[in-house]
Amino acid sequence: MDTHMHGTPKRATWLWLSLIGATLLTWGMGTHGAAGTWAIAALAAISFWKGAVIILDFMALRHAPLLWRAITMGWMILVWAVIAIAYLKGLGQ
Amino acid sequence: METTSTSLPHGAAGHPTPAAEPRLAGDLAIWVFIMAELLAFGAFFAAYAFTRANNIELFNAEQAGLDRTAGAINTILLLTSSYFVVRAVQAAELRAARAAANWLLAAIVTGLGFIVVKLGEYAAAFAHDISLSSSPFHMFYLSLTFFHFMHVILGLVILVAMWNNARQGRYGPGNMNGIETGAAYWHMVDLVWLILFPLVYVIH
Repeated sequence: MDTHMHGTPKRATWLWLSLIGATLLTWGMGTHGAAGTWAIAALAAISFWKGAVIILDFMALRHAPLLWRAITMGWMILVWAVIAIAYLKGLGQ
Repeated sequence: METTSTSLPHGAAGHPTPAAEPRLAGDLAIWVFIMAELLAFGAFFAAYAFTRANNIELFNAEQAGLDRTAGAINTILLLTSSYFVVRAVQAAELRAARAAANWLLAAIVTGLGFIVVKLGEYAAAFAHDISLSSSPFHMFYLSLTFFHFMHVILGLVILVAMWNNARQGRYGPGNMNGIETGAAYWHMVDLVWLILFPLVYVIH
């Protein structure tokens, strides 16, 4: 059993603090009236990054066979792409 | 995965070198289950996004009535709970059974926090006569969040079982499969929320 599979406590703590910071940032953007396509794009990008941290680091897929990493990251890319297409479709209504 | 434990190369300082062989953390069965769950949530998210695209004004107006602060607090609670589970797995890797159990208990408490906040949100929604049939937005809001809510409850049951095992010292470098399997499920519940929350509560 390799002891590095799940990283170090220090790295996990920094990632967790970054995730909380990103959450507070997007929450602050919302409460200060950030709106429009660019604000939504920033929110989606930050949310995507948070998901990537969960997949690659917390789920430890960074150290998994490529196929599993590709399927899981591919799922998230596909979901956000569908959300983006639907959002842009809605703008044209 | 004990097969690699004796054959790992060691660095100059005598420490094991980082993961030589790629390895899936947890049981293969849970990962097949996670993929099925992600597909189901993905289909749900796509249905929401395209229904919204055809009902922009209705969705924007009713979304404005949701409690985004409660949603943000729940995001922080789930992220923190996931972090505690990571620390529990790391502790188990180092044979620190007591620490692993304590981290799991902290993860259970923060997970319960999510349940309390969500129940408060549902109570407020029902007080305003929001139901599955009150509008397409409310149908999606209630069904999506409740589907996720059920996953949180199942995740908490799994965490309690893991906590019980950790307290009895069942996890360690030679026996990581159980704790890694439960951890993968709990992180999946977090991952789904990280899309559900911005999609349903924020994007307008």
